[in-house]
Amino acid sequence: MNAEVASVEERKQNLKGMGTSRRRVEDARFVQGKGNYVDDIKLPGMLFGDFVRSPYAHARIKSVNKEAALAVPGVKAVLTADDLKPVNLAWMPTLAGDVQMVLADGKVLFQGQEVAFVVADDRYAASDAAELVEVEYEELPVLVDPFKAMDADAPVLREDLEGKTEGAHGPRRHHNHIFTWEVGDQDGTERALADAEIVAKEKITYQRVHPCPLETAGCVASMDKVNGHLTLWGTFQAPHAVRTVASLISTIPEHKIRVISPDIGGGFGNKVGVYPGYICSVVASIVLGVPVKWIEDRIENLQSTAFARDYHMTGEISATRDGRITGLKCHVLADHGGFDACADPTKFPAGFFNICTGSYDIPVAHVSVDGVYTNKAPGGVAYRCSFRVTEASYFIERMMDVLARKLEMDPAELRIKNFIKKEQFPYTSALGWEYDSGDYHTAMEKALETVKYKALRDEQKANREAFARGETRSLVGVGVGFFTEIVGAGPIKNCDILGLGMFDSCEIRVHPTGSAIARLGTISQGQGHATTFAQILASEIGIPADQITVEEGDTDTAPYGLGTYGSRSTPVAGAATAMAGRKIKAKAQMIAAWLLEVHDDDVEFDVDRFVVKGAPERFKTMAEVAFAAYNNVPPGLEPGLEAVSYYDPPNMTYPFGAYVCVVDIDVDTGVTDIRRFYALDDCGTRINPMIIEGQVHGGLTEALAIAMGQEISYDEMGNVKGASLMDFFLPTAVETPVWETDFTVTPSPHHPIGAKGVGESPNVGGVSAFSNAVNDAFAHLGLTHTQMPHDHWRVWKTAERLGITA
Amino acid sequence: MIPGSFEYHRPESVDGAIALLNEHGDEARLLAGGHSLIPMMKLRMAVPSHIVDLQAIDSLHGISEEGGELVIGALTTQHEVLTSDLLAAKCPIIPEAAALIADPQVRYCGTIGGNVANGDPGNDMPAIMQALGARFRAVGPNGSRDIAARDYYEAAYFTELEENEVLTQIRIPTPAVGHGSAYEKQKRKIGDYATAAAAVILTVESGRCISASIALTNVASTPLYAEAAAGALVGTDLGADAVDTAVRLAEEITEPTSDGRGPADFRTHVAGIMVRRAIARAQKNAG
Repeated sequence: MNAEVASVEERKQNLKGMGTSRRRVEDARFVQGKGNYVDDIKLPGMLFGDFVRSPYAHARIKSVNKEAALAVPGVKAVLTADDLKPVNLAWMPTLAGDVQMVLADGKVLFQGQEVAFVVADDRYAASDAAELVEVEYEELPVLVDPFKAMDADAPVLREDLEGKTEGAHGPRRHHNHIFTWEVGDQDGTERALADAEIVAKEKITYQRVHPCPLETAGCVASMDKVNGHLTLWGTFQAPHAVRTVASLISTIPEHKIRVISPDIGGGFGNKVGVYPGYICSVVASIVLGVPVKWIEDRIENLQSTAFARDYHMTGEISATRDGRITGLKCHVLADHGGFDACADPTKFPAGFFNICTGSYDIPVAHVSVDGVYTNKAPGGVAYRCSFRVTEASYFIERMMDVLARKLEMDPAELRIKNFIKKEQFPYTSALGWEYDSGDYHTAMEKALETVKYKALRDEQKANREAFARGETRSLVGVGVGFFTEIVGAGPIKNCDILGLGMFDSCEIRVHPTGSAIARLGTISQGQGHATTFAQILASEIGIPADQITVEEGDTDTAPYGLGTYGSRSTPVAGAATAMAGRKIKAKAQMIAAWLLEVHDDDVEFDVDRFVVKGAPERFKTMAEVAFAAYNNVPPGLEPGLEAVSYYDPPNMTYPFGAYVCVVDIDVDTGVTDIRRFYALDDCGTRINPMIIEGQVHGGLTEALAIAMGQEISYDEMGNVKGASLMDFFLPTAVETPVWETDFTVTPSPHHPIGAKGVGESPNVGGVSAFSNAVNDAFAHLGLTHTQMPHDHWRVWKTAERLGITA
Repeated sequence: MIPGSFEYHRPESVDGAIALLNEHGDEARLLAGGHSLIPMMKLRMAVPSHIVDLQAIDSLHGISEEGGELVIGALTTQHEVLTSDLLAAKCPIIPEAAALIADPQVRYCGTIGGNVANGDPGNDMPAIMQALGARFRAVGPNGSRDIAARDYYEAAYFTELEENEVLTQIRIPTPAVGHGSAYEKQKRKIGDYATAAAAVILTVESGRCISASIALTNVASTPLYAEAAAGALVGTDLGADAVDTAVRLAEEITEPTSDGRGPADFRTHVAGIMVRRAIARAQKNAG
């Protein structure tokens, strides 16, 4: 294209900047199987590690005999807790202020816990030898039910904490108690409930599930004993934080540690934490002086690596008879398993659960959360959501429906009546969050209009009458869900992990020929960062996105950042990208003015160039300016065209959306058919509509999985039931309905480009919409709430309880 | 998910396979499509020292009709079954059931012989074969014998097949022209075993049921041939009373376990629903 004659529109199109459905630059390698994942890394002399895991949920370890394992040809080492103690690594800190055994130290606290680490020439030898490590266990009473965790006679799980009455988040009142976290006005809330015309109460459990990324967790540790440098490749959602943690616990100086996250096959919160496999690989590499690889298999991942949810919530919501909400109370019993390994900002042991007033103008509220230990795997990660936000959203959206039933009011109408109004933003919620922007009424109205909500309710009425007459055995459910997320953690003033402020960063170098590289502190796990961040920059600095390389994940080259989870990349690193771009632009303007022989203030930016105000024929393109930056800059200005920005966001962002789900339920088999799912998302400014749509499709599919089938459950002995993809519900295209997507745009007022983040919204909003639809199908028969997952047998049992099965 | 070590054999004849079985006894396992055995080996629930791969034995492949019998070689893949014109024309319940097994990738490798031979109660073909009155040809050191599908299954993973025998063929009496059949399977997702499934085969003349057979999948440790339930249909016009009786009799013989698919009472109930729906559909496509 000739830069001189191209129209403004053509020049904009050439940039492929914000608002363009630019094709993902990552996909060329992914669809050809040419990605570079951690298990693709092969180093000379590399050994393989494999774990011996506990078959018991709670047992004392009497002895470990390694002899037979060490005799297997090719086996180089077998590590146990006793081997890690001299280097002070038998235990490691968790992100939640607790400590966790790296290898079982005296006892095991969950089935699948890591007991010994076998290192061998190949995976086969390691696996053969792992079977031959003889561990003598003495079984102990097992605690599975979190509601029994704080019984007086409950077994003591954490002997290491004996006598400790103060935990990381305040006082502990029982040997299995981790913390109590309270927010809000307790007295005011109690008064509101006592004075209310209507109070609805419900026990709502969000079952234990698992993020189950397609690629499991793993790493390769390589210690160079000559120069003392450790290189660690891994499936890390936060490589820089991993480097700092690795340095703190290994005492290797941080400048001698290089952490690299290569391509990652999905994270969903599962790859934020630090796991025993990482520590053992590092130790083994240090001991043996060669690289050590560890890759967990699917069953290990589901059984031991960072579950999500497991929140047992009791809610009370009060209202006037005409449906105006007057108060909300919630108590949560949080099952954290054997160690508190949640990945939440330090000051938030229950994450941002206090977003549970949702999208509604609720005058007073109170939340308390009790975290307890049980004989289950540790975790409690944010599975495709910001910290505990999907739990909060599920809670309030179920409570809204429960209240609507009690009021005999349409659930959509109740929501609309209580929405925070557009003019109330910025809005401070009763539980302390400042919502940045929103227009809930417009979004809801658009959703209801598009799905023809009134007609759906009419159809449902006719269906129920036909059902009563015995003409059909199928019931229709209509689920309405509205959500407000809180993402983009977060302002350093209240968000840190292990003391590291949750800023993020971008460093840009513009090359002489007018192309550029941008490096960020985040790391894509499939989100398409290399595509979208280049688009932000293209719009900001006028260099075509196709000429901008985006690089992340190597701590030796990328600026420090806190990584990718909690929909924080666009709100935080995206903002840093825009801000760094603006620094580039400011310097470029000075160079352009110099070249055009006018004052800095007499030129203005125009898509891909600087033009002299009032004389558009006089201009310098960004490419020309870039070249000049390396040979002809104004006196007093340094050559080069680079910038870095570390962005500390002033606030979180608050994406929102309106979802409607229509389900047909066969009451004879419990089979559910999602006939229609409509999702309207408002994520503020839209950078790449195609990627947004893809994110919504993926998030809704995970929400479908959670609502309709996913569950990590335990029998009374603490055995994990169904920890394989035979039982753990990972929907295929066949089980996945067609997703209808839509949007409104309400930019964030504090974000440099107004973007809010979208990756997690569909999971946060989707789960409750599915669940509301299933509950709604039976509402006329008196059902107020039935627990997830809504798999066939549970749906049938619900129908049976309601007396409508044959 | 790493199997133990084993020696791999690839005989080119049934006799060669039998010789290897004789030589290695219970340390040897036959490998057909591998979709039952290999996962078990990865979990180290099966740790055979010798794998005898049957793929190279040409005589074990193919589908034909011989003297009133449909003959399916044991190594015939589910995909080949699914796309067979002969089966589609003469015995459509087999391709119908094959389409409900796992996913295309599995069906390209998984074989019908492996599906019936192993005694996995989750597999679909055993109940189909019981409903069809099929016989399995077993060849061993002392020659060959035929075992009725209805007598073949003893318990989960225990069958009439001797350790040194190879199941070479499935022989099915060609169903009557105009018969009606249906396989109804409820499952949680693609690739899953049945919560419960029912195979029904009927012949109907002038509105009366002349013959019926019913078999059930995954509601006991073996497939269940529901003889009494089928008997309740014969001689009737397949009216509500007869169907209700058949459903009740089918439910009565189920002994499902409670698992991720649901508690036992639910799975028994679903078995009844599947029988009811399969009867209705088989009746509809009869004639």
